[in-house]
Amino acid sequence: MSRKPVKNSLWADSWKQLRKNHAAIAGLIILIILITASALAPLLTPYSFEQQNLELGAVKPSLHHWLGTDTLGRDLFTRLLYGGRTSFLVGICATAVSLLIGVPYGAVSGYAGGKVDSVMMRIVDILYTMPFTILVIILMVVFGRNILLMFGAIGAIQWLVMARIIRGQVMALRKQAFVEAAIAIGASHPRIIFKHIIPNVLGIIIVYTTLTIPHVMLMETFLSFLGLGIQPPMSSWGLLIKDGASVMETYPWLLISPAIVFSVTLFSMNFLGDGLRDALDPRFSKGKF
Amino acid sequence: MLELIPVLLISITIVFFMVRLAPGGPFTSEKSFPAEAIERLNQHYGLDKPILVQYGNYLLNLLKGDLGPSFQYPSRTVNDIIKETFPVSLELGALAMLFALSIGLLAGIVASLKPNTLQDHMPMGLAMTGICMPSFVLGPLLILVFGLWLGWFNASGWELPSDRVLPVITLGAAYAAYISRLTRGSMLEILPADYIRTARAKGLSEATVIFKHTLKNALLPVVSYLGPATAGILTGSFVVETIFNIPGMGRMFVLAAFNRDYTLILGLVVFFSLLVVVFNAVVDILLGLLNPKLRMHA
Repeated sequence: MSRKPVKNSLWADSWKQLRKNHAAIAGLIILIILITASALAPLLTPYSFEQQNLELGAVKPSLHHWLGTDTLGRDLFTRLLYGGRTSFLVGICATAVSLLIGVPYGAVSGYAGGKVDSVMMRIVDILYTMPFTILVIILMVVFGRNILLMFGAIGAIQWLVMARIIRGQVMALRKQAFVEAAIAIGASHPRIIFKHIIPNVLGIIIVYTTLTIPHVMLMETFLSFLGLGIQPPMSSWGLLIKDGASVMETYPWLLISPAIVFSVTLFSMNFLGDGLRDALDPRFSKGKF
Repeated sequence: MLELIPVLLISITIVFFMVRLAPGGPFTSEKSFPAEAIERLNQHYGLDKPILVQYGNYLLNLLKGDLGPSFQYPSRTVNDIIKETFPVSLELGALAMLFALSIGLLAGIVASLKPNTLQDHMPMGLAMTGICMPSFVLGPLLILVFGLWLGWFNASGWELPSDRVLPVITLGAAYAAYISRLTRGSMLEILPADYIRTARAKGLSEATVIFKHTLKNALLPVVSYLGPATAGILTGSFVVETIFNIPGMGRMFVLAAFNRDYTLILGLVVFFSLLVVVFNAVVDILLGLLNPKLRMHA
């Protein structure tokens, strides 16, 4: 790095580096478009996501139905937009659950150190080896396909990774002078953790949040694809791919557009996540992964 | 190794109480059953006893290796069903792992030899595609193109040797992609090392330098990844076996989940957990063989 010693905040620096990464910026733009379109779904389409038209049946993409209609005559473009709502909502909410558990847990474990740390991390290790995907499937079967339950269950798996990463970061920060200074002036432990340490790991939190969201969305789609997640008439990308796959022989367009939209979303999120990691996480040098 | 027993026990306990305390039993869907018949069925399977007694009995039978009867398929025990379906899933999983390892390692090595050229960008772009195309997207698309449009393969089934091709690619692709990225990353880290320069300087052939000196050390992250990859392939088999209609354990689990076949769900969970646990232990041993440093610390 042979940059002039201009005083730049971490954020300005990172933004500069991120802007140079075309793939990440493209991903960001695509995501903004997709999320906005999903959020504004009722304004963008004259149809409702559950409005059936059995006489019409499945028709090819046309001017009236941009992406065609499914076997029940529902407009696919509309269902894709509403499916995006579900998928993004699950992705964001479940990730929020994982942040709410994982960040404080990892921060406390890393800050406390010693015996407390080893017990807390042992618990994470043990939980990590449990067959959680299977447990989530059973949970969905047993307690009905409840969308709130899904947020909780998926978030409860993802916090483990978050806790581990935050703990590592906090352990390194704990020995820094500014933490010692805070202890010296008599700040309480919770205050030090939440006011002094967590703001310093915010970059890492952002990076792993962007990398967790696609994982969660994948999980939701996986469950919905198996018929164990979101239930019709609600729409979700997993459900659309499932429905499309079941009739692909006769109506291939019902499979192709949801498959493309979902893959493009995952692409964008992964590129954005990788770009953010290069820009914000100094442990990963550019281009290594 | 010893912490594996509590992990297994916790999983079994959670699943046991979850399925037993849930509203609706395995026989509630059959509305045509008269009440007495259901009562007799419950009695026959011991479902009328207190739940703790049921739990104790289940654990005792488990120690003897008996997973109990299946509710949905009364003539067969859970052990029978596993015996029938496991070989199919094992074949699918092993082939997918083989596919992932061979393609992943090859692509990773090729990419790492000329970083940031076309030779690097091509396989890595493909790897990104592999990661962003989950099996339930890739599988139907492969069936559509190669099964229905081109007619090269059967769209589903598990009889002919050629029936293996599409499911194995579907299941293995994402892991091939991850492995290629891991391989490339660690190769790039090791290639500039002093001992590689020494190996070249003493006149060893390029093949010896790459495969014997670099790859052996670059393999460590890949081997560590095999543990999570196996668990992933296991759950991936739920989707792939459902898509391709393969009579394996994964499809059985999904069916059991739909049918609320408690004992079958429980039995399969126990078996899945055991598999993952055993495979993780194997990976640990492999890592120790590859990296003497780990052996010293253990």
